[in-house]
Amino acid sequence: MTALTDLTLAGMQAGLRAKAFSATELAKAHIDAVAAARSLNAFLVETPDHALAAAAAADAALANGKALPLAGIPLGIKDLFATKSVETTAGSAILKGFVPEYESTVTAKLFAAGAGMLGKLNMDQFAMGSSNETSAFGNVISPWRAAGSNRPLVPGGSSGGSSAAVAARLCAGATGTDTGGSIRQPAAFTGIAGIKPTYGRCSRWGVVAFASSLDQAGPMARDVRDCAILLAAMSGYDPKDSTSIDAPVPDWAAALTGDLRGVRVGIPKEYRLDGMDSTIAALWDRGVEWLKAAGATVVEVSLPHTKYALPAYYIIAPAEASSNLARYDGVRFGLRVAPPGGSLADMYEATRAAGFGPEVKRRIIIGTYVLSAGYYDAYYTQAQRVRTLIAQDFADAWKVCDVLLTPTAPSAAFASGDKADPLEMYLNDVFTVPSSLAGLPAMSVPAGLSETGLPLGLQIIGKPLDEAAVLNAGYAIERAAGFTASPERWW
Amino acid sequence: MSVDAATVVRIAHLARISLGDAEVAPLAAELSAILGWVEQLGEVDTTGVAPMTAVMPITRAWRDDRITDGGVQQAVLANAPQAEFGFFAVPKVID
Repeated sequence: MTALTDLTLAGMQAGLRAKAFSATELAKAHIDAVAAARSLNAFLVETPDHALAAAAAADAALANGKALPLAGIPLGIKDLFATKSVETTAGSAILKGFVPEYESTVTAKLFAAGAGMLGKLNMDQFAMGSSNETSAFGNVISPWRAAGSNRPLVPGGSSGGSSAAVAARLCAGATGTDTGGSIRQPAAFTGIAGIKPTYGRCSRWGVVAFASSLDQAGPMARDVRDCAILLAAMSGYDPKDSTSIDAPVPDWAAALTGDLRGVRVGIPKEYRLDGMDSTIAALWDRGVEWLKAAGATVVEVSLPHTKYALPAYYIIAPAEASSNLARYDGVRFGLRVAPPGGSLADMYEATRAAGFGPEVKRRIIIGTYVLSAGYYDAYYTQAQRVRTLIAQDFADAWKVCDVLLTPTAPSAAFASGDKADPLEMYLNDVFTVPSSLAGLPAMSVPAGLSETGLPLGLQIIGKPLDEAAVLNAGYAIERAAGFTASPERWW
Repeated sequence: MSVDAATVVRIAHLARISLGDAEVAPLAAELSAILGWVEQLGEVDTTGVAPMTAVMPITRAWRDDRITDGGVQQAVLANAPQAEFGFFAVPKVID
């Protein structure tokens, strides 16, 4: 029999209903796996009692034949989601010890559907990072290693605790959040699937804010079907989020066929960068052939403003962050550092100096700069105009295609410490940021391995609210790629 | 765009983040590099293009004008570094 921790979420659902194992057995297997993997530093807080309570409820419901959709499924929760009575830090020292009095909408929906929580997952501080090297609580280490090497690799970011935990079989699914690629890039780096839905699909209420016009929650799991199942449980209108979309939530999992007859796939020519890694380029070509074999027609499209997406993002996201993070001032929650005899302003400055990490300070200061008098129009307004043009590029593309296929990241996972220059790190998000700026649904699916045996992902981008097409194209890639690699256990 | 040390100190003060002396010069160099890179946006002709205000065109929902929440003083104060007499407490702001 397959180990309980190797099961997909759909496999768990089937096994629980067939009484092949109990939810309590399932929870315990995962709790043990989490405890045995502390060297990965994926979990900041472990909550075995939460997972066991959900399992006990699930076992009782299963005995009565009245189980909820996610009954007894143990999940990992990114530490950006406020969880009632469980410490929530967003990976930052400024929130150390913060225990929310409320539950985020997304986690409340997952728990109401019967899921349990194994713990809170480490992440880049305030979701600012692409490698999980900015957490105040230490780097997350990827369970993957390059062939013939013991060097620690990054699990991607910012949802790197989530990606590492799912890849290492500590949980079948986890929540992530994506502002400029923070679900898709870590999924690609660790050989798992992840979808950022349309902006507004999942409520942002109770999710620690980074850049509010970009932040979206989404699921990360080992296959496309599991992502579809989790996304359905996480999505839906929430009056507590003013940007929440009031649209029906389809049964995405039931609609997966992998049949792409009649689907037009666009290949954006601007994504074929000069000096592109040849393995990535070859994988992308293979993806095109896979989609054709599934019945799709393929067209080249142009997204002419692609090269301006990253610079626009690195104005807009820090600008919003500088505003959102103004709330961390040592008054209402989190860290307070009050110099003896100092003023209120001294307390603000000392608290924020001590509580924020270097990348967070860098982005707040950039954001403050681009919003300051005399620079606002030149930087911020121009970036928002460019953002309009980027969204228009996609709208034009939808006249001739239904989904877009691109690589997820320009390389496989790199080693911790290898990208010390902030600008070099930012370039990692080159393929994921444009669709974030346009609010579009996009997912990464594991599609192959690098020359050193590390996972690589392909990205599908879709029209607004057309997660169904994204997931189905992802499913077609998954079936054709037959990706079965998993990290060899060393931890 | 080259950002000098005085500008970094001024902006950090606006952002209410105190910087150590050793932090200023590296930050000035990093900000200069990042701002130099984002300046390529100036190449884009945006004449007549409206700045984006909402990425998804949704109609704001209306709700009844009535109180739906409140009476949770203890919960609001539960994480306060310092709470006294049912209020957040801060260092003295007037003599």
